[in-house]
Amino acid sequence: MNIYQEELLDHYENPSNYGTLPRCTISHEEDNPLCGDQIRIDLLIEDDTVKEVRFCGHGCTISLAAASMLTEKIEGKSLDEVKQLSKDDILDMIGIPLGPVRLKCALLALKVLKAGAYGITAWPGEEDE
Amino acid sequence: MHKLEFRPFDIEAIRKDFPIFTTDPPLAFLDNAASTQTPRPVVEAMDAYYDTYRSNIHRGIYRISEEATEQYERAREKVAQLINAPRSRQVIFTRNTTESINLVAYSWGSTNIGEGDEIVLTTMEHHSNLVPWQLLAQRTGATLRFVEITDEGLLDFTQLRDLLTEKTKLVAIGHVSNVLGTINPIQSIIDMAHAVDAKVIVDAAQSVPHFQVDVQQLDCDFLAFSGHKMCGPTGIGVLYGKSELLEEMPPFLGGGSMIRSVERDVSSYAELPAKFEAGTPSIAEAIGLGHAIDYITQANLAAIHVHEQELLKYAHQRLEQIEGITLYGPAPHQKMGVISFNMEGIHPHDVAGILDTHGVAVRAGHHCAQPLMKRLDVIATVRASLYLYNTIEDVDRLYEGLCRAQKLMTRRKIT
Ligand SMILES: Cc1ncc(COP(=O)(O)O)c(C=O)c1O
Repeated sequence: MNIYQEELLDHYENPSNYGTLPRCTISHEEDNPLCGDQIRIDLLIEDDTVKEVRFCGHGCTISLAAASMLTEKIEGKSLDEVKQLSKDDILDMIGIPLGPVRLKCALLALKVLKAGAYGITAWPGEEDE
Repeated sequence: MHKLEFRPFDIEAIRKDFPIFTTDPPLAFLDNAASTQTPRPVVEAMDAYYDTYRSNIHRGIYRISEEATEQYERAREKVAQLINAPRSRQVIFTRNTTESINLVAYSWGSTNIGEGDEIVLTTMEHHSNLVPWQLLAQRTGATLRFVEITDEGLLDFTQLRDLLTEKTKLVAIGHVSNVLGTINPIQSIIDMAHAVDAKVIVDAAQSVPHFQVDVQQLDCDFLAFSGHKMCGPTGIGVLYGKSELLEEMPPFLGGGSMIRSVERDVSSYAELPAKFEAGTPSIAEAIGLGHAIDYITQANLAAIHVHEQELLKYAHQRLEQIEGITLYGPAPHQKMGVISFNMEGIHPHDVAGILDTHGVAVRAGHHCAQPLMKRLDVIATVRASLYLYNTIEDVDRLYEGLCRAQKLMTRRKIT
């Protein structure tokens, strides 16, 4: 299956929740030193729930599409639910097999989210290694 | 340089030696600066070791161990011949270029570099010819100085001249840039460094595989390269050094093979090259490298160079036609078969990813040269790099793949 299928390209072309939140509870940014991709996620948390989310940054199709899909997924979710999101959830969202390098691209947004919201600094899937 | 006769270059025959190219359409493998493919004769030579005389070297008093020792040492002689080292004992087998450079940084560096000394590098060094010197500088209080590059991707010679002073103890320089392909004029640089009594280590990872390098003519003090970039296996590299330097240097790693005699508290060390080859080495890989050298010298290094230059010129002509492409580095006649580029508005990862779906293997990233990326003011580039088995069709596939990437991506908003 091709990485460059329409759904991913659509997210890349018209990302959901792109931008920043002037008034937010959490704002966190990280980059992937391997390729320089950079993603920032802003969260507005109310009643332990993600009220609003925005992301911005630059990167390849996979990293930006994954960020766009992730923000759609977490809006309205409780912080507990968000914390449960795993590497496999992202892979299911992307829906295509990825090699190890592109895997990091796909997981960058989730890593930023978890580092910002919970202080978890490990890459998703490598937490207990 | 050696006189090399020019033999016609039979690309069809060469490609038959590489099973990886037998698919239809064949893989367009353009990541040779990272690692090259392995021809059958090299794999067969290593198989022969495993199948018929597998044993450790140097110690065994039985036939197959003697055979293994002989083959291992023959490989060393082939390396010495290739680079015209005066004696094969000046050829130390390591794992790769990186280990060779670290060996010099630890062993030579620990006894020859001190506080206030200066080590001159360039902005285009691979991390493996940069980080070992950073570590040495941190250990000793020495200072690193960098020769900048011009906008064309060439070394700034005026600045180099100013940097070389009596404080300079070492010049560590890449022969050919793995990102820009720039061929640095190392003969002049070595002469200039020697004029201020500095030693020179040449990172020849991207030169020895592609053209004749003569260590005696260059008069370099150390030279390092990797087997896996010249049709050989991974896990084998070379350090060449001048005898008087290698003799004086303390050992790098301690253990078996590198000793003459061992007492409880002290040991005396073996002669060269064993002094620097502690433990069981990569025997099959050394033998493989020997056969890789046979392979590329039979194909003829001069002919390989001409072949790559033709492909490089052709590739430049084609890629320059693509709208929104930026090519980095000097013009084809000043460089080797390495093309670094970016496509406007398309992330290098996406370019490489789309090319992959088109059967074209290229690299995208910082190519272990982050200071150079910074100098070029880019986060990453796409890099296509050539070797003897590449064809015009490979370049055409690259061109078509790039056009496809452009069509797919540039109608899209770039965030
Ligand atoms: C110029 C240069 N120097 C050093 C190296 C490091 O080689 P190795 O990884 O085999 O140690 C490379 C290869 O990537 C290179 O291109």
